[in-house]
Amino acid sequence: MEDLILSKVATRQKPAAKTAKVSTNGTGKTQGFTDFVEVEQAKAEYVKRRASQLAAIKKTDKKLLREMLYQMVLGRIFEEKCAEVYRMGKIGGFCHLYIGQEAIGVGSMMALEKTDMVITAYRDHVQAMIKGMTPESVMAELYGKEGGCVGGKGGSMHMFSKELEFYGGHGIVGGQIGVGTGMAYAAKYKNSGQVTLCFFGEAAVNQGIFHESLNMAQLWKLPCIYICENNQYGMGTSQARAMSSRSIAKKAEAFEMANEFVDGMDVMAVRDATLRAIARARKDGSPTLLEIRAYRYMGHSMSDPGNYRTRDEILRYQERDPIVLFKDSLKAAKVLTDKDFEKIDQEAIAAVDKAVAFADESPYPAESELFTDVLA
Amino acid sequence: MALLTIRDALNEALREEILRDENVFVMGEEVAEYDGAYKVTRGLWKEFGDKRVIDTPITELGFAAVGVGAAMAGLRPVIEFMTWNFSILAADQIINHAAKMLYMSGGQFKVPIVFRGPNGSAYQVSSQHSQALEAFYANFPGLIVVMPSTAADAKGLLKSAIRDDNPIVFLEQERMYGIKGEVPEDPDFTIPLGVADIKREGKDCTIVARSMTVPLALQAAELIQTEFDVSVEVIDPRTIKPLDIDTIVNSIKKTNRLVIAEESHEFASVGAEITYQVMDHAFDYLDAPVKRISTTETPMPYAKNLEALALPSVEKIVAAVKEVCYL
Repeated sequence: MEDLILSKVATRQKPAAKTAKVSTNGTGKTQGFTDFVEVEQAKAEYVKRRASQLAAIKKTDKKLLREMLYQMVLGRIFEEKCAEVYRMGKIGGFCHLYIGQEAIGVGSMMALEKTDMVITAYRDHVQAMIKGMTPESVMAELYGKEGGCVGGKGGSMHMFSKELEFYGGHGIVGGQIGVGTGMAYAAKYKNSGQVTLCFFGEAAVNQGIFHESLNMAQLWKLPCIYICENNQYGMGTSQARAMSSRSIAKKAEAFEMANEFVDGMDVMAVRDATLRAIARARKDGSPTLLEIRAYRYMGHSMSDPGNYRTRDEILRYQERDPIVLFKDSLKAAKVLTDKDFEKIDQEAIAAVDKAVAFADESPYPAESELFTDVLA
Repeated sequence: MALLTIRDALNEALREEILRDENVFVMGEEVAEYDGAYKVTRGLWKEFGDKRVIDTPITELGFAAVGVGAAMAGLRPVIEFMTWNFSILAADQIINHAAKMLYMSGGQFKVPIVFRGPNGSAYQVSSQHSQALEAFYANFPGLIVVMPSTAADAKGLLKSAIRDDNPIVFLEQERMYGIKGEVPEDPDFTIPLGVADIKREGKDCTIVARSMTVPLALQAAELIQTEFDVSVEVIDPRTIKPLDIDTIVNSIKKTNRLVIAEESHEFASVGAEITYQVMDHAFDYLDAPVKRISTTETPMPYAKNLEALALPSVEKIVAAVKEVCYL
């Protein structure tokens, strides 16, 4: 199986040479997606990661590995269900799906202690569940129902749980980078030993708050791990059309901050990089910037026309699907069997069905809730 | 009682609250080693050190965000803006984050934070350093907006603000830092948020003023009293939001006339809101149309004579009172 995947990658001569649309960005020079992501480099990385994934699996607890796979599968099936019920009109407003990025949330968050803090952007459903929220409370929130994690007041972009140290999904691109920095500031102030994981997309890196935050975090040695989930598109604008430089990880060097580039299709690579960052943070409060590159299979939100990229491009990434890759590795390492995979799929499907049933049955919030929690 | 400047009253409030609660800290540009751009934090860094009084880079959005995150995680930050003009850089954190957090987290995450600093005009600092932003911030549910006009109010309100569990926009005035007043010395002296104060009792006309226009209104009231034997009541809401409209309405039921004096621009101002609320609650009690004195609809000019023309003044307030009293 491993060979099969590699051979598919290796036999592709000029993958996605025809990009959907190209832009000159006013420079006169064409900047298509394929100009930007170096395919040869990606292939080399992939081969390397594939081997290292097996090595990492061998030194990781089997129960944890199974749980990691379960969370990835649950996240995938949950989001597929979201797309389905969104089209039925059961979810309103914006709805940003995590499909294709599961290895980032699972690999990083499952390296944390329970007491560690997490803050993220609006693509937050799956991360909320990884931190411990039930699929029921997330789905009911998407439905805008009383049983949702914030009682129907937040919706898709605003999942919160104080009890689980999940500081929310946030809707302003980059805003949570500063808030996460403040959470880490509090941890240092209180000497609590907590680490903060702060997620954001690559488009948020162009906001001022990214630079302001990283400067302060390194200046003050705040135990914050900045995770740039580089899914390569800010809405419909590819990184190549929005950022003058290629490497996001290297931007940390402007602040003399530790940084790593990580293959976001490899859940074990994400886990290992996060563990290294956590060790730095716990040792002396040093922050880290991780650029974890994945690929957003779905549109930016459910209302995305998708006319800015090709089907070929999407397929190319799907062949390196993080769940397929992880399953293959687990099988090769003799940790799990096809039968186990089947069982995990069934468990996840049952959990998502239960979540939908719960959300369907949960009442709408009482009208009096409109006026609660405006002020403390 | 001690005779203190507003500056020192604020300083005392900060010092007492830092002493009272280990989670209180002061953060901002030049608040520590420099002793504060306007000396409100004078001596605090020397007394309490780097943990409680923190100099930041010039990075308003960034340190406002650090305050919001720290407040969510259990601390009680006091974030100083060197002037509120610079808060506009941080407005995303104040409006989109601090103000919304409790609501959009279904009541789970409180943001007990005070943003404070001088608001409004100073002395010939021109367009970008002279803005009064209370109407802007008061427009957003989830924020409490406070504007003291005396030393005692400054101390008592700041202490209440620091102890409150909500995000507070605390607007001082640079021109007023040196004004002295009697201040209670009890470390537990506080003034509740949301309660107006009658700064001068009267029966013929009500002036609602805040911050810098309170001393102007009081002078205007004295002049009117002397010249026309008309008795003017001066009300200072002290907290702009939530607004203590009852105190204002009760005064109008007595005087039947209202003048509003404010430093912000006219359009969509707090004065416009008070006018609406008075119409809603006390229309039948008004014997004259409400008159409002605001800063003109111009950016603030530098030239001394033009600056004076743009701002509210004793003369403008006197003229407005005469107009509503048909003098």
